[in-house]
Amino acid sequence: MRGYILRRLLELVPTMMVIVVASFALVRLAPGSPFASEKQISPQVRAALEAKYGFDKPLAEQFVRYLGRIMQGDLGPSTKYPQRSVNEIIADGFPVTLTLGAVALVWALLIGITAGIIGAVRQNTVWDHAAMAAALIGISIPSFVLGPVLVLVVSLRWHLLPPAGWGDWRHVILPGLTLGTIYAASIARLTRGGMLEVVRSDFIRTARAKGLPERLVIWRHMLKGGLLPVVSYLGPAIASILTGSIVVEKIFNIPGIGPYFVDAAFNRDYFLVMGIVLIDAALLLVMNLVVDVVYTLLDPRIEYS
Amino acid sequence: MTTRDESRQAVASPAATELVVGSSLWQDAWKRLRKNHVAVASGWVLVFLAAACIIGPSMVAATWGYDYETQDLAYGPRPPSWEHPFGTDFFGRDLLTRVLYGCRVSLSVGFLAAILAATIGTVYGAVSSYAGGMIDSVMMRVVDILYALPYMFLVIILVTIAGKSLLLVFTALGAVGWLLTARVVRGQVMSLKSQDFILAAQSLGTRPGGIVFRHLIPNALGPVIVTFTLTVPAMILQEAFLSFLGLGVQAPRPSLGALINDGAHQMLVFWWTLLFPGGVMALMLMALNFLGDGVRDALDPRMNH
Repeated sequence: MRGYILRRLLELVPTMMVIVVASFALVRLAPGSPFASEKQISPQVRAALEAKYGFDKPLAEQFVRYLGRIMQGDLGPSTKYPQRSVNEIIADGFPVTLTLGAVALVWALLIGITAGIIGAVRQNTVWDHAAMAAALIGISIPSFVLGPVLVLVVSLRWHLLPPAGWGDWRHVILPGLTLGTIYAASIARLTRGGMLEVVRSDFIRTARAKGLPERLVIWRHMLKGGLLPVVSYLGPAIASILTGSIVVEKIFNIPGIGPYFVDAAFNRDYFLVMGIVLIDAALLLVMNLVVDVVYTLLDPRIEYS
Repeated sequence: MTTRDESRQAVASPAATELVVGSSLWQDAWKRLRKNHVAVASGWVLVFLAAACIIGPSMVAATWGYDYETQDLAYGPRPPSWEHPFGTDFFGRDLLTRVLYGCRVSLSVGFLAAILAATIGTVYGAVSSYAGGMIDSVMMRVVDILYALPYMFLVIILVTIAGKSLLLVFTALGAVGWLLTARVVRGQVMSLKSQDFILAAQSLGTRPGGIVFRHLIPNALGPVIVTFTLTVPAMILQEAFLSFLGLGVQAPRPSLGALINDGAHQMLVFWWTLLFPGGVMALMLMALNFLGDGVRDALDPRMNH
């Protein structure tokens, strides 16, 4: 197991390299300049600015410099926010985005797995149909519709929770619900499908035959099968939560990293765009690795080699 | 959909082993689909929405004499009435026309992007699997890497860079949305390529291209269609996501995402500006999801528990 994890960790290096090269090329070969949208600036000022950030050098040289920089953990300066470094912006915003994403994921897993178990255990009853209809409806309501509606009802009509902002635990509930619901719905369907897949297997029959209480059959044996598709869904789900949080952070005016990204892409804030992409990609790669390891732990049939 | 020749092959494929002799996989699936009332109703909802957004704007123009950008500042934002069934927006523009126009954008981008994604994914998956060996592992490694990326970030960069055109949005979405299809098709082709009818084709001297396009892909179409039904709502959601962030269709042309964004800002006073675009978006996605679910059950009877 340790060897497998080590090998996967080593594999991250070339993957990350590919991502650095690809995103650098995409961002830098595009037309436009970080200083194009500024107010009229004289060519001299512009040249001075470009020299300051090193944009006057050949691209290959800039790339080598950038690579050297990020090796030392320095993501460079921001051209849009000259007084702050990319590291500072990410250090401010990323924990907020991560908190929001984590709350959304926990909510999605709690509700999704519960609904999935109900659907599978009470298969083809009213409960099952209600849970699965709710899940399909949940998948169909985009976060940017759900979010404003929740704000309107819960915050502005009932005055239960703050409509926007970031501070204590009350600020995270509505955005977490908004971001997580669509995944809760997918997870419910996957859990149900996964459990029904194993419900007729020999090991379930054995468990029942040896007199195990139904509760234990469900929790110990069926749920393990039900969770396999959920675990493999988690990788793409986490990627999607990260992008989804851009919209949710905008709706609830949350100081995460999302709004910075769109802004930075618009303004050709090269280092900031790259910084956010690299941090997100690194997080995703590590999460995917964790997901794969959890998968092998859950399913003894899979060999890690 | 298929020639008689192909349906005979379909009977030989594993997905069709449970079929009664004499009816093709497609006829059987169609029969099953028609028995699913929810799916049929969803289909009609979609037909209605498509018809409404194709002929609706010109009917409104003929009846009341305005289009999606006709402003009436003196009239301003008013709640639904006979002249304006969905009310008017801040500039006195008819919301019904704008929602219908937005639907048109959503449906066309959704379907075109999903078709593009399905085409790329099918060819990629089939070629990768049929080639096998080194080519297969390299091609699938690429898919793995892309799968782990926050690819909406890529789309956002692409869209901000190359200017915001509808064509670009759907190309970008389609160009990154093919990964799931590629995996599904690869899995299908893996099990198909060692079967007798492929061996027969090979011994008759059919070239690899012919085998992939004439024999393998047609027999892997079932799962491709199932994936396609999942991709369409996903693409619609992502287009709306981009428009919500101001990256999609540009004003004054409306799209559902942009309309919902406007509505979310004014929902306290002008509730209809959020209710109608949000409601239509949710209805459209719901119909697509319920229909997709029905298609999946119809094409894959083994999933029917």
